[in-house]
Amino acid sequence: MPTGGYTIAFVILAALALMGAVWTVTLRNLFRAALSLGLALIAVAGFFLLLGAEFLAFTQILVYVGAILTLIIFGIMLTAKFHQSGGSVGRQPCGWRHSLAGNDITGSVVNRPPLPAGIASVGLFVLLTASTWSLPEHLPDAGLAPTTAALGQQLVVLLVLPFEVISLVILVALIGSVALASEKQRFSR
Amino acid sequence: MTLRWFLLVSHALFCLGVFGMLTRRNAIAMLLSIELLLNAAGLNFVCFSRIFSNAQAQTIAFFVIALAACEAVVGLAIILSLSRHAKTVFADEAKLLSG
Repeated sequence: MPTGGYTIAFVILAALALMGAVWTVTLRNLFRAALSLGLALIAVAGFFLLLGAEFLAFTQILVYVGAILTLIIFGIMLTAKFHQSGGSVGRQPCGWRHSLAGNDITGSVVNRPPLPAGIASVGLFVLLTASTWSLPEHLPDAGLAPTTAALGQQLVVLLVLPFEVISLVILVALIGSVALASEKQRFSR
Repeated sequence: MTLRWFLLVSHALFCLGVFGMLTRRNAIAMLLSIELLLNAAGLNFVCFSRIFSNAQAQTIAFFVIALAACEAVVGLAIILSLSRHAKTVFADEAKLLSG
């Protein structure tokens, strides 16, 4: 199972996923950030394929790249006129000196200072890696991987109640979001 | 090629999502970071489903994807409503409820 092609595919997908994720959290242009999120999502779908979860991989592409990303891009375009907060656009590094000086509230920078957040997330990464590094090493045989048939059986036999609850949750979320975003309601500010 | 590298990538995606949540002020960009976090969690579930040869972990990843769709829909509706009433999409400029 662990052949050379597998490793090469993993390395390419990991590079795509990490590149997309870094762009998603750092690019100032929100439209480009959303497209980079699409890149990362497609790479994660590739990981699902490598791990033997075909159904999840195609669900990921259909739901995330097909639906959620389209929705987010529509959201970005509908709110486009509010995205410039008086700051500069483009890929300049974040002006965290301004925010240290307290200009953050007046909206002269688009992001918060990256240094404490960077320290926190690197610390979290070290913690997570330390806690999972000692897990079983080798991939089990491909025959032992759960298949789509097993997944479907789980969904309609053991987990049928959560499955139905999820569909109810999706219905409620759709109706609620239509009610939230409709033009009719007027709040008095 | 072992599974710990998959876990490493999933941790990296999660921490990048946390970084995005902490640094972004724009609410839609925070939503993008949340999608990254949920994806990392899903990837983790699929990894463990492979390690322990267990199909139930895959169903949980499936539920995570479904809930992420709900979250994106409701979040974007709230952001649209916010931009209409408070004229901003920046999370720390929304002061409608602060009296």
